[in-house]
Amino acid sequence: MGRRVAVVGAGMTKFVRRAQETGKELAWEAAKAALDSCGMTLDQIDCVVLGTAPDTFDGVHMKGEYLADGAGAWGKPYMRSYVGGGTGVFCPIHGWYHLASGHFDTCLVVCEEKMSSYQPHPQGAFLTIFDHTTERPLKPNLLWIFALEMNRYMTTYGFNKEDIARVAVKNKKNALDHPAAQIPEQYTIEDILNSEVLAWPVQRLDVSPVSDGAVALVMANEHVARRVTSKPVWVEGVGWALDTAYWTNRDLCYPRYVEVAARMAYRMAGITDPAHEIHVAEPYDPFDYKELHHMEGLMLCERGEAPIITAEGKTQRDGELPICPSGGLLGVGNPIAAAGLMKVAEIFWQLRGEAGKRQIARKAKHGLAQAWGDLMQVGTVIVLGI
Amino acid sequence: MLKSKDLMGTGLSSQDFKQKKVLVERWTANAKYGWDQGIAIGRYLRELKNGKITGIKCHKCNRTVVPPRIFCEWCFKPMDEWVYLKDTGTVNTFSLCYVAWNMERLKDPLIPAVIEIDGASSGMGIMHLISEVDPKKVTRGMRVKAVWKPENERTGAITDIKYWKPIR
Amino acid sequence: MAFKTRITKPAEAKPWYGDLPVESLYTMGIAGEKFFRTLKDKGKIIGSRCDKCDYVYVPPKMYCERCFEKLDKTVIVGLVGTLNSFTYVYIDVDGNPLPKPEIVGLINLDGASTNLMHRLGECKMDDLCIGMRVEAVLKPAKQRTGSINDIKYFRTTKKK
Repeated sequence: MGRRVAVVGAGMTKFVRRAQETGKELAWEAAKAALDSCGMTLDQIDCVVLGTAPDTFDGVHMKGEYLADGAGAWGKPYMRSYVGGGTGVFCPIHGWYHLASGHFDTCLVVCEEKMSSYQPHPQGAFLTIFDHTTERPLKPNLLWIFALEMNRYMTTYGFNKEDIARVAVKNKKNALDHPAAQIPEQYTIEDILNSEVLAWPVQRLDVSPVSDGAVALVMANEHVARRVTSKPVWVEGVGWALDTAYWTNRDLCYPRYVEVAARMAYRMAGITDPAHEIHVAEPYDPFDYKELHHMEGLMLCERGEAPIITAEGKTQRDGELPICPSGGLLGVGNPIAAAGLMKVAEIFWQLRGEAGKRQIARKAKHGLAQAWGDLMQVGTVIVLGI
Repeated sequence: MLKSKDLMGTGLSSQDFKQKKVLVERWTANAKYGWDQGIAIGRYLRELKNGKITGIKCHKCNRTVVPPRIFCEWCFKPMDEWVYLKDTGTVNTFSLCYVAWNMERLKDPLIPAVIEIDGASSGMGIMHLISEVDPKKVTRGMRVKAVWKPENERTGAITDIKYWKPIR
Repeated sequence: MAFKTRITKPAEAKPWYGDLPVESLYTMGIAGEKFFRTLKDKGKIIGSRCDKCDYVYVPPKMYCERCFEKLDKTVIVGLVGTLNSFTYVYIDVDGNPLPKPEIVGLINLDGASTNLMHRLGECKMDDLCIGMRVEAVLKPAKQRTGSINDIKYFRTTKKK
């Protein structure tokens, strides 16, 4: 499967509601931090991969080109990859095939989002993801699609809001230890259940906040990685898949596309029993129920079992299978593409034992990050290991 | 290791904008479009004007889908048999939505739902709104019927169906 | 394969009209804030200098895109520079004729390594040539808002 590829450095900005920095400046802050983290300079970088979600957020058309200099792409081979919310995990996959092909030795992977530019509320930018003839005339908002999926998931298995709210409580608590977190706060299940109803069953605290921010990774081939660091974190498996764009024709209670992506990544990594061979995971959690949905799609538990093992405490940082030890999107913040890459960075730090207060209790050799997006239809999965 | 003191990123509050502590530039994009309806959706919309919901059948995969499309995304063969569906269906899932697209609060909730249309294959739903019902009484699996606009007000749009109401 | 369904009556092929509502509020950024503040308050144009690359960015940047180092060093460049290119614009963004053609140029301010795009004023087309000296005409201090339009336009330098 091509040459061995490792992640050797990671860096990020704080996640904030509104950043003073321009998108370029955010990208540079993260990229520079990632290079500094492994003592590398831009002239040692062969190629650059950029990820950023729809142009409408930043209000910059062809954002990839605009962000190029901040991402360190001056005079270098450069590509933007884009699969909506799945972008953050797709970018290191993109970096992986640049390096696994043997064409390059080092790659800087940068993800940026500046959602605050969109007025009056970034929510409005999502309006345009609905079909312009058959759906937009109904004046939908993005919450509908999540609320409809969440309701379908809950009623299929007979879960109540409390079962789902445990995820929000856990992730927001985990984020208290994340120095980049946007609004770390401790909540109880009651707080979540009593928060404003947006689109039932979705309430205010079921949703991750909108954010500005950037994250970057430095990736390298084996011979470079071993020179740069004594603790390379290897890319063991990658996978991605899309479901149909006719989202109302899909089974909304199970993310089959995530399963397809996960199977691809596990096959490459030689993992046959993910529930035991994956030791820490960062599934995508823009809404609390999505973490559960994705745990099932990733086959980290049986279908309909994710809320149960969450209630048992298995997914806490000191549990058997820590899920979102970073605090996830619910806790750290959700600058779309950057949030996905933050998850990959967290697995990098966890496997190296560098997560500080967030370090999980159990030993971990294999970790996984996953993101999800487009029109609720893409799954992107990366398995890292030491 | 990630340390708070090393992290860059300058957060601003809404006060910083109100008190003009930072300079800003505003811009409104002039993004107006005339999208072609396309072959399948064009016919779907024209039939809505006649008060009919159309689906299309793939003989290879033996399924009838809605909204119609000219090719089957499963087997990639052309879809060729147009069929009229009923204007009744079953609620696959629903939500009670209290916020508008720009996050402004709504007093009475909208009830968006995925409705599986009778006559189409199982699981083939469309997104639409439910009304004429106590929001507390909406359930998954509820049977609903389309409420059409009067014929002379229909324009060939998904909104020619005003909403769906429960079949009592 | 032929199309299975053809529209035979052109009137049936109706477009569906709609828009993408996009209103943006941009911050100037860390380097941009300094640039526009100085322009507004002091009527001066600043750039940022990278000593390592011997390069001066105007407008300034927070970082050097060449070596990726942080740029802290601000330099004041003059209001005078060299016209590196120019064009006459006869139509607006929708393709309609402008009542009066506009002249737009690329100006390399003295001390800067980069070009700045701006309008040219107080001149006729025939007066211009590439390489000629131009100077910035600023709005009066009270009317300046911290925008690139605080520079009204560039004009050819008056011979003294």
